[in-house]
Formats: sequence, structure tokens, C-alpha cells
Amino acid sequence: MKIRIDHERCRGAGQCALHAPELFDQSDDDGTVVLLDAEPPPELEDSARLAAALCPNSVITIIES
Amino acid sequence: MRVTEPSPCSTGGPPPTTLPTHRSCPFDPPEEYDRLREQDPVSRLAFPDGKTGWLLTRHQDVRALLADDRFSSDRRRASSPLRTFPLRPDDLQSRAGMLITMDPPEHTRYRRMLTRYFTVRRMRALAPRVEQIVAEHLDAMERSGPPVDLVRAFALPIPSLVICELLGVPYDDRAKFQQWTSTLLRLDTDEETALAARDALRDYMLGLVAVKRFHPDDALLSHLIATQDMQETPQDAELTDEELAGVGRLLLVAGHETTANMLALGTYTLLSNPGQLRAMLDQPESVERAVEELLRYLTIVQFGTIRVAREDVEIDGRHIRAGETVVASLAAANRDPEHFRHPEELDLGREPSQHVAFGHGIHQCLGQQLARVEMEVAFPALFRRFPGLRLAVTPEQVPMRDDMLIYGVHALPLTWDG
Ligand code: HEM
Ligand code: SF4
Repeated sequence: MKIRIDHERCRGAGQCALHAPELFDQSDDDGTVVLLDAEPPPELEDSARLAAALCPNSVITIIES
Repeated sequence: MRVTEPSPCSTGGPPPTTLPTHRSCPFDPPEEYDRLREQDPVSRLAFPDGKTGWLLTRHQDVRALLADDRFSSDRRRASSPLRTFPLRPDDLQSRAGMLITMDPPEHTRYRRMLTRYFTVRRMRALAPRVEQIVAEHLDAMERSGPPVDLVRAFALPIPSLVICELLGVPYDDRAKFQQWTSTLLRLDTDEETALAARDALRDYMLGLVAVKRFHPDDALLSHLIATQDMQETPQDAELTDEELAGVGRLLLVAGHETTANMLALGTYTLLSNPGQLRAMLDQPESVERAVEELLRYLTIVQFGTIRVAREDVEIDGRHIRAGETVVASLAAANRDPEHFRHPEELDLGREPSQHVAFGHGIHQCLGQQLARVEMEVAFPALFRRFPGLRLAVTPEQVPMRDDMLIYGVHALPLTWDG
């Protein structure tokens, strides 16, 4: 699995950092998403999918392998 | 020039309804929403100002609307579903800083400036202070003994104090701002009274901003001023005092009434579901899910949120015209059986599932992580301190907030074995 971020669309709602803290953080400068791991290990794939589903601005795209 | 109004019948379908407001159960949204969602999910809606717009009740449509940049949050041309006068009068002063009514790029400028103060990490870091505030209020309840009104003793003071500390607003002024806020949120407030409350709140915040310029503290309003002075954001023009006061006003109002109502109505809901409450308390890690489910189930932003079409848009085959107001019913969306299994059931263990209690799209609640921390701390602490907590009145005697923009209880008299 690969994770892509469309950073321009992010408004820092924080759903990603809340539901998949191993994969996403929020920047201290403007609260927008920081991708920590673009190729999550298998055990984190579900949280990656959840974060993508809950992001209100379609920032996170999951590319399933 | 002749101004033509789109006729309510021009697009066919049933005659327009007015926004459903009658609940038969205090925990459920009006049943009329179920009928509309099934039979007429994009329905014609008649507004009190005589205009006609639309009401969306399906989860999928509500989410699509709130993520669609062809719809504007600018309330200046919108009709209100419940009042004859607009909620956001269009003088520039009262609009300044109100990012909730702005579109990009104006909205983006504010959101970028503010989001870093509300990240998951920063809000989590507040948890110890929230725990302390919660414990102090529980101590006071214990000292005064039963019965207490949970709204006055716990639900309203906790988020009020938290947002005051976060913004740098003196908590001693709470009687004033709580009064203005509740005037603004009452549906039956007349225009003159609403404007007076709005102006009083604005003047209060302007005064506070002026004080912060000379006596900065370590809270958000002072930080916003300092960031400006350091020109850290040269691409943005400086925030004027009006803009700073607007941001402060929005955060103060949105920051205390919402969480307060979730705490009180949430407690009432948990007391009415003792089995699930016990299960939640037995498993501390289940509290996060429980809070999400309470947000979904109760959807206290009971009349939803509105958008105005900037251009003609088709939704499910219905033709929305430029300039028409569309109401997205968050409460109806959160009870959509197409999206949630048995939506009418409270299921505190429900899997996370895209509820729209905080909205969706670019305006999704800025303060949501703070609200979560407050609720995740407050609910367990309350029930642990008072294991025998129960209603001190009959359920029929609990005054529900059908008459307020934010749903909840006006009071919640509780007792316990002292
Ligand atoms: C449980 C409590 C809360 C609920 C249910 C709630 C609900 C909402 C909803 C539905 C919206 C979107 C409105 C729209 O799309 O038009 C919103 C926006 C907003 N909320 Fe909350 N809210 C809560 C707590 C808070 C708190 C604690 C704060 C402040 C610290 C806050 C500040 C805001 C702000 C500033 C916006 C506007 C964001 C924007 O326009 O980008 N809210 N809230
Ligand atoms: S959930 Fe989406 S909008 Fe929110 S911070 Fe993460 S990526 Fe940004």
C-alpha cells in the first residue's frame, strides 16, 4: 500500500492524526498534515484506510498494491 | 427591472415543506426527516422569509454538498430556515473574523492561521489541565450535595473555563458572555435583541483585544497578535482589531455552548442506557468510540448547516438554482440507514464511520479535537465520582432545548447517594 497526500486541500481537521497517529501528524506551523510513512506496514493499512475515509477534504489517497 | 423568483413548483415534486422541528422522542431527531430521506431526499424547503430552497437528508448528499466548492458558506445572501431575519447581517464589522461564513481564499487565510492551535497533539496536551478543572467541579458538586443541576454545576462551566483559558478571556466575565451567547442561540429572540447581544459581544471582544495589545499573556489572542507583529505571515495582511475580535467571538461562542450541551445531553443519554454506560466505564479505551457515537446519535447542531448555490447545480436529478439556499441536515444524515446500520440505536461500540456531527469539508469543526478531549475526560470522571448518579426528576420534567440552535437540555437535575 502507498499513501499520497494532496497537501493543498488540507485544512487541518486532524482526523488523520487522530485515527492513524503512526502515519500522520500535524505541522506546528499551520496544523496541516505531515505524512510520516508513505508505505505503511501491513498492520497499519486499516488505520490508513480509515484516515482516508474520515478526512473531510479528500486529502489522503490510498493506492492499494 | 422585474425580479423573478424561482417558482416552488417549477421543478415538479411535492410542495415545499418547512424545516421539521417536532420531536416525539427527546433523543431522536424529528421523525419527519425519516419520511423525507426515504421519499424526497432532495426536498423543496419553504423559508420564513418567503423564499424557497432545499433540504438534504441523506448522508451521501450532505457530505457531497459540504465538500462541493460550487456552494458558498457566505450567509449574506442566504435565507435562514428558522428566522425571518438573516443570522449574519452583512455589515462588514460583524463579518470580520467569522471564518465560518467565509469561502476560500478568505477562509483559507484564517483557517491556516488558527489550525495549529487546535491540532490533535496540542489538544491532547491540554488533557491534564482539563482533568484538573473537571475534578474541581466534581469536588464542588460533592460539597454542595445532591440534587444539583448538572448544566450549571458541570456541563457549562467546564468548557467555558477551558475556552477562556485557551483564548485568554477572563473567566470572571462568564455571566456576561454566557448571557449574550444564549440570547443569540435562542430561536425566538427578535432581531433587535439579537443585534444588541451581538454588538455587546463584539464590543466586549474589541475591548479585550485592545487590552491584549498592551498586556499580552500566553493565550491564543495574544499569540495571534504577536505572530502579526513579527510578520511571520508576510503574505497575509495583518489582522485588524475587528478581525481578531471576530475570531475571538466565534471561538468563544462555538467553544463553550456546543461542548456544554454534549456534556449535559450526553450524560442524560448515558443515564438512560445504564448497561452500555457500565460497559464503557469497565473499558477505559472504549470511551473514544463512545464519544463519537454520542456525537452522531445526538447531533446537537440540530438544524444543520446552510450553503448557498453559486451556480446552477444538479443533485440527484433536482435542479438547484444559483442563489438558492440549501440546508444540510446533519441530524438526518447521521441517522441514514443507507450509511449506518440500525442508526436509531445508540451503540457506544460502533465502528468509526464518517458521522457529520462536526460537519464535513473545509469548514469541518476547528475545535473538534478540543471537544473530544473535554468529553473523553469529563464523562468517565463524572460517573466514577458519583456511581449512583440518577435523574432527580421524571424524564418528562427534563426541559429540552427544542428552542435553541444547539440542542441539549436547559437543566439536568441529578441526585446520588451522598
Ligand atoms: C461537541 C462540540 C461541537 C460540535 C458538535 C461542533 C459542530 C460544528 C459544526 C457542525 C461545524 C461546521 C459548520 C458548517 O459547516 O457550517 C463547526 C465549525 C466550527 N466549530 Fe465547532 N463544534 C463543537 C465544538 C467546538 C469547539 C470546542 C470550538 C472551539 C474551540 C469550535 C469551533 C468551531 C469553529 C471555529 C468552526 C468554524 C470552522 C470553519 O469555518 O472552518 N467548535 N462546529
Ligand atoms: S484529516 Fe485531512 S484535512 Fe484533516 S489534517 Fe488530516 S489530511 Fe488534513
